[in-house]
Parts: sequence; C-alpha cells; structure tokens
Amino acid sequence: MGVGIQVDNLNAWYGSNHTLLDINLHIPANQATALIGPSGCGKSTFVRCLNRMHETNPVAKVTGSVRIGEIDIYADASPVEIRRRIGMVFQRPNPFPTMSIYDNVASGLKLNGFRNRRVTDEVVERSLQQAALWDEVKNDLKKKSGASLSGGQQQRLCIARALAVDPEVLLMDEPASALDPVSTAKIEDLIFQLKSQYTIVIVTHNMQQAARVAERTGFFLSGKLVEFDSTHKIFTNPGDKRTEDYITGRFG
Amino acid sequence: MTNSFRVSKANHLRRRLADHAASALAVAATIIVVAPLVAIFVYLLYKGASSLNLDFFTKIPKGPGETGGGMANAIWGSAILLGIGSLLGVPIGIAAGIFLAEYGRGSKLANIVRFTADVLNGVPSIVMGISVYSLIVLPQKHFSAFAGGVALGIMMIPTITRTTEEMLLMVPHAIREAALGLGVPNWRSVLSITLRTASPGVITGCMLAFARVAGETAPLLFTALGNQFWSSSLNEPIAALPLQIYTYAISPYDDWHRLAWAGALVLILLIMVSVSLVRYVTTRGVLKGAN
Repeated sequence: MGVGIQVDNLNAWYGSNHTLLDINLHIPANQATALIGPSGCGKSTFVRCLNRMHETNPVAKVTGSVRIGEIDIYADASPVEIRRRIGMVFQRPNPFPTMSIYDNVASGLKLNGFRNRRVTDEVVERSLQQAALWDEVKNDLKKKSGASLSGGQQQRLCIARALAVDPEVLLMDEPASALDPVSTAKIEDLIFQLKSQYTIVIVTHNMQQAARVAERTGFFLSGKLVEFDSTHKIFTNPGDKRTEDYITGRFG
Repeated sequence: MTNSFRVSKANHLRRRLADHAASALAVAATIIVVAPLVAIFVYLLYKGASSLNLDFFTKIPKGPGETGGGMANAIWGSAILLGIGSLLGVPIGIAAGIFLAEYGRGSKLANIVRFTADVLNGVPSIVMGISVYSLIVLPQKHFSAFAGGVALGIMMIPTITRTTEEMLLMVPHAIREAALGLGVPNWRSVLSITLRTASPGVITGCMLAFARVAGETAPLLFTALGNQFWSSSLNEPIAALPLQIYTYAISPYDDWHRLAWAGALVLILLIMVSVSLVRYVTTRGVLKGAN
C-alpha cells in the first residue's frame, strides 16, 4: 500500500543557485498528485528531493524535512534504503542496454543480492502485468534486449522495473514527454490503475495530463509552491492569479 | 524571376564533383592506413611461412650453427610473461580507470593519476625495463620471468586506465540514475551497470594494451633476459618470442634468420588470434543482446 508524504520547510540548492524555497505540502496516500509549472520552476528538483536523488549531484544541498509514512528520509535512513521504498521513472526511458527484458525487470532484485529464481520469475511476471507490458513481451523475455523495444514499451519496462522492488511511492518525472500520443495514453491508463496500490507523484508539462490523472495538483513557479489544491479547484477556480495565468496560457 | 533556392546546372555539377573528391580522399586515406599492415603481413608470410613446421612449435632451439630446432620455449615464455602482465595490468588499470571516471572526477588526486598515466604511457619501454631491473632484478640478484611480467604489466596499465575512463564517461548519465533510483548501492551500480555497459570499449582497451606489450623486446632485455632452454619457473630467466627473434635476427646464421622470420609471423598470428578470441567470447557471453 502507498503511504503519504509530509514535506516541511524544504529548501534545495544547486551550488549557489537556490532552486527550492520553503516548500510545505502533504501528498496523500494512494492518490496521484501532479506537479505543474514552467521549465526551471523546481518541480523536477522537488521530486528528486523525495527519494534523495537530488544529492547524487555533488554540488547539490537540501535542508528541511521529508517524512514518508513514519520515516524522516533525511534523518532516519540511508539514500539507498529510501530509493528502494520510493521508485522513480525518468523523463527518457532508460532501460539497461546490456540486459534482456527479464533482467531489466529483475535488476532491482538481483543487484540487491536477491537470488531466489522462482520468486524472481513471479515478480517479473507480476510487474510486467502491472505495467501492461506482459502480453507484448512474454515470448521474448530473455531473448530480446530491453533497448530493442519501442520508446513507449521501454517506458513501461522502466515502470515495471521500478515496481518490481515493491515501492510504496512512485515518482514520475515527465514520464510521457518523450512519447507519442498512443503511448502517452497507455501510461496515463497505467497511472490510473496503479494509484490504488501506490502513492504517485507525477511531474508534467502537460496540463490536460495533470487534469486527467491526478486528484491533487501543485503549481510551482520560480522555486516556490504557489498553490496546492484539488485538481478540480486548480483548473476551474484557482486561488492565485499566477496559477490562473499559467493554466489559461497567459503566462509570459 | 530567378529562384535563388534552385541549384543551377553548373552548381549541381560542382557539388557532385566535390562529393566524389571527398569520397576518393577518404578511400585513399583508408588504403594508406591498411597498406602497411597488409604489406608487413604478406612479407612475413613470404619470409617465414616456409620455416613453419611442427618442430617450430614443439622443439627448443638448437646450438649455434646447427640447423633445425624450434621456438617452443619462447612461445611458452611469452604466454607466461603476458599472463603475469595481464594479471597485474588489467585489474589495476581498470580499477584506476573506474576511480578516474566514477569517484575522483575533478579531484586533485584524479588529476595527478591521469597526468601520471599519460606520462607513463610515453615512457620509452627501455626505461621501463631498467626501472624494473633496479626494483626487482637487482635486489633479487637474478633475472626472472616474474620481473619480465611485472615490466609488461606496468606498461599495460596506462593504456587500460585511460580507455576505461573514456569508456565509462561515455555511458549515459540516465543509465546510472536508473540504477541509483532502484536503490542499488553506488559501488554495485558502478560494477554491474556502468562498467558492464562500457565493457566492449574496456575490453578493446585491454586488447590494445596486450597487443602492444606482446611485441615488446626492450623491457624484457633487463628483466626476463631470455633462455635457450625450456623453463616454467617464475624465478628463472625465461625465453620470449620478441627476445628470441632479436637474438636470432642479429646472429650470423642463415637458419636462425629463417627461424626469426617464422617467429615474427607466429608472434603476429598469436596476437591476432588472442585478440579475436577474446572479442568472440565476450560478445557471445557477457554482452549478448547488448545492442
């Protein structure tokens, strides 16, 4: 089951560049939460702070607290443990090019030293089914390389790979922005089904996408969270002038 | 009214000529690159093939002036020397390359290591021989296969280090992020994901280093010394193909000259076979489905 995320006074820097300013919000469990805003507004940095990927950049710095369920991820656990509990899907599909489809999905288990073959087989099948890719690849699991699939299939493979380690939260950083409309629709269907089991945070440039998949939406601008409310309210009756300007396309 | 975008007939002809000229230059350059290798190989075949027989691979050298005999001990000795060299040079070279690309990026130590590797790459091989001579041979008071292997191993390190670094840096950042995002510890991600993705290039680097030192004579003169008899001991002087070729080539005997040509041919063939073998094995095993 998914867990909620409580963010308090989160600040982030890249070198001397202050990219996130005092972010406070609560992301509810088992819902999809969309983050929208213009390029460079800090929404990607924000999701990367939720699984401590932000700090893989040597000049990056974070202060504040992020609680996932009961755990303060910056105080109570190592980044490696945190990233196992919080899966991530990136903007561009990034399957491991040297691995078969099967090994890609199983990689999270195998690279963490898990060796049980039978359980791994089950996890791979379950994850690929959850990612709606099983029927397309079940006959070439070990024959084909992950990189030989189409872009949309690769992204679903990456979702299956993230699900295979059984996370509680799934972070998606513009998961469909490199895909065609048909593949995008498939990813959106997937988000709809997955949110019953996982807490989903999705960064998107596409406002229709946010409106379609998310219960709640946050609008970022220049490193600040301008408004965070139900998706319906954000798109029909936003409380802030800047939100309204952005969603109506009046934004310069 | 003339349309400035439309290419006139004369212009079109000029473009086609330029296109053909460029292609011709590229082909000519390719021929210039390949020609020396082909020429050397054909000449070696012409001079050496007739002296190749079973004896060459199974017998040890005969005394001065006697005909017959082979280079079995030198082939075996080269295998041992290259084995020691690779056991030393490949792991150290790859580990240093990993340090440069993954851990030390931009650090002072990394810059020192990188600079040292580049300088080491330019050190004349005879100097390497003398260094190992004073470090290992003098204290031990005898020449040995071990000292020869160490000299070759040290010569392999800089090439392997620099190619490993370059190849690791070519692995897309997204691949590393994918592994870290799964909660894979960094060291595991470096070994199982980044290094594995870069392995075709890393292996090429190792093969380049191997092929380069396989033909080295100078560093062995002061270390392995050479041996006219069969030896497998790491503590004694050992024969090597390049050394044997050198000894035979400067001798006054025609039969030895012929054996030297055959030895040179065998050396080139052995390098070609081992490089192709490694390439074949690695592309079939580890990297299956890697495109």
